[in-house]
Amino acid sequence: MEIETAAQDLEEDFNREIILENLIIKTVNLSKTYKVGDIDVPALKHVNINVEPGEFVAIMGASGSGKSTLMNLLGCLDMPTAGDYFLDGQNTSKMSKNEYAQIRNQKIGFVFQGFNLLPRTTALENVELPLMYDRSGKTINQEKMAIAALERVGLGDRMHHIPSQLSGGQQQRVALARALVNEPSLILADEPTGNLDSRTSVEVFHLFQQLNDEGITIVMVTHERDFAAFAKRIIEMRDGRVIKDYEIKDRLNAETELQKILSEAIIDD
Amino acid sequence: MQAKTILKVATKSIMKARMRSLLTALGIIIGVAAVVVMVAIGDGAQLKVEQQIASLGSNLIIITPGASNTGGVRGGAGTFNRFTMDDVEKLKTESTLAKSISPVISARGQVIGGIGNWFTIIQGVSPDYIDIRSWGLESGEFFTDRDVMARSKVCVIGSEIKKNLFPNDDPIGQQIRIRNVPFKIIGVLKEKGQTAVGTSNDDVILAPSRTVLDRLSGGRFISSIQVSAINNDKITAAIAELKSLMRESHKLFQGEDDDFTIRDQSDLTEAATETSRILTILLASVAGVSLIVGGIGIMNIMLVSVTERTREIGIRLSIGARSSDILIQFLTEAIVLSLSGGIIGVALSFLIAYILNNYTDQSAYIKPQIIMIAFGFAGAIGIFFGFYPARKASALNPIDALRYE
Repeated sequence: MEIETAAQDLEEDFNREIILENLIIKTVNLSKTYKVGDIDVPALKHVNINVEPGEFVAIMGASGSGKSTLMNLLGCLDMPTAGDYFLDGQNTSKMSKNEYAQIRNQKIGFVFQGFNLLPRTTALENVELPLMYDRSGKTINQEKMAIAALERVGLGDRMHHIPSQLSGGQQQRVALARALVNEPSLILADEPTGNLDSRTSVEVFHLFQQLNDEGITIVMVTHERDFAAFAKRIIEMRDGRVIKDYEIKDRLNAETELQKILSEAIIDD
Repeated sequence: MQAKTILKVATKSIMKARMRSLLTALGIIIGVAAVVVMVAIGDGAQLKVEQQIASLGSNLIIITPGASNTGGVRGGAGTFNRFTMDDVEKLKTESTLAKSISPVISARGQVIGGIGNWFTIIQGVSPDYIDIRSWGLESGEFFTDRDVMARSKVCVIGSEIKKNLFPNDDPIGQQIRIRNVPFKIIGVLKEKGQTAVGTSNDDVILAPSRTVLDRLSGGRFISSIQVSAINNDKITAAIAELKSLMRESHKLFQGEDDDFTIRDQSDLTEAATETSRILTILLASVAGVSLIVGGIGIMNIMLVSVTERTREIGIRLSIGARSSDILIQFLTEAIVLSLSGGIIGVALSFLIAYILNNYTDQSAYIKPQIIMIAFGFAGAIGIFFGFYPARKASALNPIDALRYE
């Protein structure tokens, strides 16, 4: 009996290795408990999710559902209290702070709700920022790479503008260019359109879908079902657990939605 | 990150808050300028003192008669006066390290002439004396060796004598009577002001040594012998040489005490430089306090800056900056601030020194070392006071920093 279990474990480990090869994200019983005074507040309870390359996942849930905590753990901004997190085949659970920084720099591109660009700093310099902390030595020409990333998000003509001279949508696109510049395995977006009006939001999602079509894996947190429908898959959370995880059948195409909004605007006029 | 990038990022951050950076650096600017100027004033004063001492005749050596020793009872200095012209002649002929040698025969007495009379000191000296003391002539001329040999009754008077006896007339060619001996005035000495010990070098009459010896002092003994060494570096050697010659001349046995004392100006120089050195230290430490206050200003602003830029720190951490990157960035900012403050401070101190030297009586002398010291100190202050805020910045948790409003 014991021998059998051991053999099973071994086989499982073996399978896991194989599975990991093909997974961008794999979490195993990922848990996070915050200590508030003497009380333990569990924010995340045994979360198991797998994300394959090229996926576009929307994590949904009410506030307090643990989705932000999950984002922080996926983004290596925080360490789990228990469980394992494999990012691009690497177990991150036992990494040092510096290795975390390295992972954030090389594997992950962040897009935040509040854009989080450096004020009084040009778009180009903002996009160059991750390259400055690149220790891998792959960066040869920072400026060239940053310009390429900005052109990719359609801001080639706004490179020398500072954030206060850019619209919200443009700022978010600068943030997206900054996320893309190091060619990460994964883009993590935390309520990327939370501060934008609906038309600009659709424009940003259009860009997300384009990038996803080019093969970039995107995981985003949103609480608006309308926007979640732009993704390919939805993970719903409540009280720190995953309650639903399903593929979207009638996925919205941002381009057609944008057309609709534009024609409506013409009719309104 | 490369050093170049670090420096670029730091300078950019500083330039983004120009006014604040300038005000922060102002503390260092004032501190550095204060230290440099204060030390420069101290050094300037020291230089002045040294020049004054040099003007006394810096390589001056004075040989005075020693104490008597009669059966173990020692008298004071000068109680046993055996200096004669023979001693002077021996030194003159045999000394190799003495440039000029002059006997000094002092006499005191009432001088009558001009508009009245005056009590003063009459010194019998050789023509070399004026060189030994680095004194100059205001007018007329000094007496010569021929005057000494001929025991001419000529004299050169100090400016104080001129002021008291000949306030309106030219004294050259006039007769004065010193202790009833008539002397012809052939020259007037330049005014020299007070000596370091408070006596006046202007209230004196110089006359040929042999004239004074025969006519005024009434004896054959000499008060002192004054010698100038060939140069400053040879003073110690010259003293040793003079000592052995004097012992020879006085036929002292080996082991017998010297019956004379040889002094140079080093005591005086040392005392004066010590005084101005203490002054410099005092001024510099007061200024140093202001430099430290400037450093605290940097720490203060850097701490505010860390709080204000918490979000920036969060952004940098989230895109892959290590804690050490943040630490280095903030530390570099502090150092760049304090060093540029140092540069401006040094420039300012040159300006102040220029103004002091050209428009006031105060002289300031900036030594190259003090610039290096002030500069190094400014950098050290940047590191010391920048470390705590930088440490605080680098210890931030990325999530908390990102959420900070």
